[in-house]
Amino acid sequence: MRIRIKFSKSQAMRYTGHLDLFRSWERTFRRSGLPLAYSQGFHPQPRLNLACALPLGISSECEILDAWLECTLPLPQINQAIEVVLPPGLEVLGMDIIESQAPALQTQVTSAIYRITFLDDIPDLDERLQRINSADHLPRQRRDKSYDLRPLIEEILPVPTFKGGNQQLRLQLAAREAATGRPEELLDEIGIKFEATRVHREELIFRS
Amino acid sequence: MVLTPPDIQLKLERILPTVQKPARYTGGELNQVVKHWDSIETHVALVFPDIYDIGMSNLGLTILYELINQRSDALAERVFSPWIDMEAAMRGASIPLYSLESKQPLPAFDIIGFSLPYETLYTNTLNVLDLAGIPLFGTERREMDPLIIAGGHATFNPEPMHAFVDAIVIGEGEQVIHEIIDAYQNWKKSRSTRRNLLINLSSIAGVYVPSLYQVSYKLDHTVDRVEKLDDQANFPILKRILPYLPPPPTRFIVPNIETVHNRIPVEIMRGCTRGCRFCHAGMVTRPVRERSVAEILQAVDEALKNTGFEEIGLLSLSSSDYTHISELLQAITYKYNGKHLAISLPSLRIDSFSVDLMDLLKDSRHGGFTLAPEAATEHMRNIINKPVSTAQLLETAHQIYSRGWTTIKLYFMIGHPEETLEDVKAIADLCKAVLAEGHKTIGRRARLNVGASTFIPKPHTPFQWVPCDTDEQICAKQALLKQELRHRDIKLTWSDPQATLLEAWLSRGDRRLADVIFKAWKNGARFDAWQDQFNFDAWMKAFEDCRLETSFYTHRLRPLDEVFPWDHINTGVRKKYLLQDFQMSKDSQTRIDCRLNCFACGILPTFADLRRAYPGKSWSCPEVKSPPKREVVIPR
Repeated sequence: MRIRIKFSKSQAMRYTGHLDLFRSWERTFRRSGLPLAYSQGFHPQPRLNLACALPLGISSECEILDAWLECTLPLPQINQAIEVVLPPGLEVLGMDIIESQAPALQTQVTSAIYRITFLDDIPDLDERLQRINSADHLPRQRRDKSYDLRPLIEEILPVPTFKGGNQQLRLQLAAREAATGRPEELLDEIGIKFEATRVHREELIFRS
Repeated sequence: MVLTPPDIQLKLERILPTVQKPARYTGGELNQVVKHWDSIETHVALVFPDIYDIGMSNLGLTILYELINQRSDALAERVFSPWIDMEAAMRGASIPLYSLESKQPLPAFDIIGFSLPYETLYTNTLNVLDLAGIPLFGTERREMDPLIIAGGHATFNPEPMHAFVDAIVIGEGEQVIHEIIDAYQNWKKSRSTRRNLLINLSSIAGVYVPSLYQVSYKLDHTVDRVEKLDDQANFPILKRILPYLPPPPTRFIVPNIETVHNRIPVEIMRGCTRGCRFCHAGMVTRPVRERSVAEILQAVDEALKNTGFEEIGLLSLSSSDYTHISELLQAITYKYNGKHLAISLPSLRIDSFSVDLMDLLKDSRHGGFTLAPEAATEHMRNIINKPVSTAQLLETAHQIYSRGWTTIKLYFMIGHPEETLEDVKAIADLCKAVLAEGHKTIGRRARLNVGASTFIPKPHTPFQWVPCDTDEQICAKQALLKQELRHRDIKLTWSDPQATLLEAWLSRGDRRLADVIFKAWKNGARFDAWQDQFNFDAWMKAFEDCRLETSFYTHRLRPLDEVFPWDHINTGVRKKYLLQDFQMSKDSQTRIDCRLNCFACGILPTFADLRRAYPGKSWSCPEVKSPPKREVVIPR
């Protein structure tokens, strides 16, 4: 059977990268005693699928995992078995049974929404964002490859700041397989260091 | 200013995103133990002075972590060395070194215990103390500073680190750690001086308090004698052992990132009866004590449930010598068949039995099959007491290739006593013969990896009298191997000669090396075990500044009556026995497995009372026949 788990990633787990997160889930299933399915072949791999890689240091309340089990079990039983063996920093928010033949998770995500909290006061934040909004192109380099950041920014939404609270921002970025906007790239573009912010992924938007 | 854990946490938020692998510095993994700090009497920091990725795989630390945290009156938390980038970030942000569990700065702990399994951690030890703001030298520590203790295989020669560590554990730590904590608690209640604490510790069996001993030297710079400065202090300092192995730890912390050994280590046996003359571990971990199959199986089962790891490492110094090895492997493979569990079995003997064992672990085949002949001629192998015939080695290689492995790894050492360039050439010839066996058996798919490390004559071994090869000798031997083993299907690796020399100086050093270590650290040496960080010049300059000759430590054939800097440390194996074994090596005489014939190394008389109290099969030594020594009772 194929199940879909919505989970959050927080605390120390924020600093666990995509491959290590995959490993954490494999170990969670192994601790649970649930019959996790493995691929065939010389190097069998656990049949787990993560929707969309989360950059290191970012917390989330909307991560999605597909997992294949070797037999069919009632969902509450699965949920119970997983809950008690989760590592700190991972929390299950929801679980569903999915059609075995449903398309791969990664192909279904289109966008992601991030909430950015600025740790320091940035008086000219609006102007900096204005420059991004009005630009036609934002050519950038990442890992020696050139790309245009502008079309990957789908929407920048201001968040009202309460008195004494930190400035915040909501950001919708493209999250398609070959076209993914990264929040830290946008922060760099407006001249703010990633470590002077807290970034949280609020929502993944799927193809309808 | 003293930072509190929340201060440290807040500062960390700003620097963690800027360093490589920030998960090294966060803690918060599954199975870590966090106790309520203020309600616990004694706080122990367990330090592995290298990065998280290495330290998390250290079994010794895991054992102590579990034992201390089982006490209701004590807690143990982990500390590792920050990597270069993190160290710079921490110094830049004035963050002291802190524990992963509760983010307490190191000076807030009562006891700081360093794990020192090898010598190239010494400068990192100094760096850890410095990053914590704790005085490096024991003599400079004040009443409120934590007690600094250390243990591990390197401390069987504790002298080079004598100035930096308050108390050093010689031997096995499982029981003595409790005695140290108890002594610390009693001392704290007594509100007595730091010196009194040290005196109290110095009489605990297996504990060496270096400041309570004085070393005098002869004109030729060798040790004249060692005297204790307090009546209570142990002399000699006899290593601590356990009568039997306690239940193994099973609640391993599960790292959120990859570490060097991402697996469940289960120690199936401690000690080794083979008596290889170069092997430090084989001499200092005697006697052999085995765990039962049932106990190991139960530990594996619990550990898998607790961690979800995909691999088990069955650890010992010589897997094929564990009495019930076949039974154990059969039980494990039967029980976990189809569960995608990898089982690793290090240190196999060179014979077909080992191939049969590995055959049981079908999944392990895509690794490679590792054999350690250590030397290439039968003569040389007799000298080092690892007698295997070349015919047997080639037959074993044939079996390995024919049963599905395509790669064999062969480990050799160059620089054995009496080794000539012919002996080194023989290594190359033997490698080619093994590969030829592979080509004959499976054709062009056959591969051979050759590891050639350099021999270091270690303290407490039969070779402790012999000199090390010089830099030039090592380079000439390595050049020969590189030239001879230039082959498409052979991959040769070797150890850096300068790194070998450093390890040799530190392992054979006396108390004067403490200043060298301090100066080398001042000159920027740290992470000496890392090739890309190793700073040989810093060490050479330190030796120069201290006006010490490196060759004094490593290139002298030592007179048979020389007093070694480590002679007051008693491993239970008599110096006379080591000398006798050394003489035998010169006549290329070998000794068989001492399970078959006890050679009276000294362990049995030294620990006769312990043996008598725990008779039976778990020790591989013969039973003690003599009656217990009775105390003379004078009738009234």
